[in-house]
Amino acid sequence: MEKEGVKHIFGILGGAIMDVYDVLYDNSSIKHFTCRHEQVAAFAASGYARASGKTGTCMATSGPGACNLVTGITDAFIDSNPLVAVTGQVPTTAIGGDSFQEADIVGITMPITKYNYLLEDVNDVPKTVKGAYYLANTGRPGPILIDFPKDIQRAKMKDYTHPKTISFESYNPVLKPHPRQIKLAVRELMNAKRPLILSGGGTIISNASKELVQLAELLGIPTTTTSLGKGAIMEDHPLALGMLGMHGNKWANLAIQQSDVIFAIGTRFSDRITATAKSFAPKAKIIHADIDPSEIGKNIRVDIPIVGDAKLILQDMLATAKAAVKREASLSKKHTEWGKKLDTWKKEFRQEMCFDCVPIKPQRIIHEVQKIIDKDPKHTIIATEVGRNQLWAMHYMNIREPRNWLTSGGLGTMGAGFPLSIGAQVARPDCRVLNMAGDGSFQMTMQDLATCITHDLPVVNVIFNDEALGNVRMWQKMFFKERYSQTNLENNPDFEKIAEAYGAWAKKIERPGEIQGALQEALKSGKPVILDITVDRDEIIYPMVPPGGILHDMLE
Amino acid sequence: MTKTHLLSALVENKPGVMQRISGMFSRRGFNIDNISVGPDKDANYSRVTITVKGDDRVLEQVVKQLNKLISVTKVRDLNERDSISRELALVKVNTSKADARTEIAQYVDVFRGAIVDVSQDSMIIEITGDSEKIDAFVNLMQPYGIKELARTGVTAMHRGNKSITDSVK
Repeated sequence: MEKEGVKHIFGILGGAIMDVYDVLYDNSSIKHFTCRHEQVAAFAASGYARASGKTGTCMATSGPGACNLVTGITDAFIDSNPLVAVTGQVPTTAIGGDSFQEADIVGITMPITKYNYLLEDVNDVPKTVKGAYYLANTGRPGPILIDFPKDIQRAKMKDYTHPKTISFESYNPVLKPHPRQIKLAVRELMNAKRPLILSGGGTIISNASKELVQLAELLGIPTTTTSLGKGAIMEDHPLALGMLGMHGNKWANLAIQQSDVIFAIGTRFSDRITATAKSFAPKAKIIHADIDPSEIGKNIRVDIPIVGDAKLILQDMLATAKAAVKREASLSKKHTEWGKKLDTWKKEFRQEMCFDCVPIKPQRIIHEVQKIIDKDPKHTIIATEVGRNQLWAMHYMNIREPRNWLTSGGLGTMGAGFPLSIGAQVARPDCRVLNMAGDGSFQMTMQDLATCITHDLPVVNVIFNDEALGNVRMWQKMFFKERYSQTNLENNPDFEKIAEAYGAWAKKIERPGEIQGALQEALKSGKPVILDITVDRDEIIYPMVPPGGILHDMLE
Repeated sequence: MTKTHLLSALVENKPGVMQRISGMFSRRGFNIDNISVGPDKDANYSRVTITVKGDDRVLEQVVKQLNKLISVTKVRDLNERDSISRELALVKVNTSKADARTEIAQYVDVFRGAIVDVSQDSMIIEITGDSEKIDAFVNLMQPYGIKELARTGVTAMHRGNKSITDSVK
């Protein structure tokens, strides 16, 4: 792993991985972060990967340790995070005997990993590790698991050589797009009357944000993003429409439904952005660019498929478009009318918020955190848990930099935000990491305040405290006749005392005017932080596409 | 339009590969009718034949998802006209009724099968052919009473010079 450039590992040891940890004891180039739950280790590794682009590594023992990684691995799989998970396993001689702390983690993780290995011969270790890191972070990134039985850990290798390169006969991701498809796509976009770019997480993964913005600017095309795509284009850029979808901006959804050509890149058209797939973008020709050919045509019919790496695709499109714009100078101005219409919509449908309300409106918190982002967008990373905290942040926050927005998109895992923040803080110590949390989700992983204290990771947790599983409660209010089954969390702990017990910094806030001051103090404290902000639990997230609905038909 | 598609895949000959393939099918909700596997001419590979039901869009997804598996080297869509498909069945039939033996022996002749085992009240028939032929034979045997039926599943390949291993090193 050292040879693969691994500098940080998140994990918890146990009986079946002790030999590996014993080696770590003398290793000075790899720093290990002991978490308080393996789930946190897996998510921290994902946060590390998302914030840095480097592969994250997590490690756990056999059986329960390995099983506790599963949620994090699934999350990494669906959000395409490069992750290597190493698990201990009972000795090969004991496999299959229902031995103590034995779990078939290779079987369990088959459908949630890009690939996984069971090491049965110590001489396979170098090529397995090489293969794992290669597979994790090439093509469409994803999690790889290496299951490492105890007897193989202890076995002696004949002679150790780390392979310089590795290739798989059956794994050759297409990176360079087909020139014909590029030409077709550019022509469609230039001839369109109401073109739109829809950019997903793939643009961020491929570090293609600059090219994306250049293309949008060159052709004057309004650009909307998915939740994982936030940050690819500065969200207050004149061409940026922010997020689309179930909890997206109304103008972005209307634009999708009105558009005649959509260029979608690095997105898998999840149901959270398409709503009912059949009614998505009824008037548009769809150009779909993705590195994973199986995403094309999976959820949405596609007119022009492009398979390749987002950065290479955008570079080629830029080159083709530049030549074409030169030939026909008038083309670049063609979309002005459409742009003006969207600008009007943006103004017309902007959400009003109550700034001075008590209890505090969640939007006010976002507004205050936004000031911190705006002061230093490069060095401010925002993570979210899952629930309304996430939705407020997705909807209202202007993220200005790629890799500075971390959220559990596909799986929607509560308790992910804090560990994602931990990983991001390790990967980028020069940044401030703020986690938009709910009282429900924060309690799922808050024990890892201990990890933050041990390793001096000053993550700021901003709790939108509504003493409820608020998003579900909101659904109960809207769609279940206010039958609030099991969403009440009125017996929450005192978060200030929790922070105190761990040695973290905390403050309870009930008035909107106190938020900014507390945020500043929190950031200055240099410690991990809990800001416990009491919010209005009845505030509903509008606009919203109801389940089973159509994008342009939003509840407001 | 929903129809049955025949796919042939060249996969790594390693433990767990079939689990990866069948797991992918069940996870994605694809409907496999039939799956059969055996070693390739190169012992590093296995040859898997899959019969799957669905429209063209389903077929496209199945092929893409199979290709996405790191253990799968190649996938071919074998359309019916250009390929040969065969299945083998062993049928244990009750022969206690009078004349059953002679009648069945005649049927076996017509179907170019073989009687591979005979005992007091039953016999085992080996029969090879495409699935429809086997279905027809099995139907003919129903009135006598089928004691046991074992089918291998379909195996298939392209007609002509082309080979699935052509571009495999």
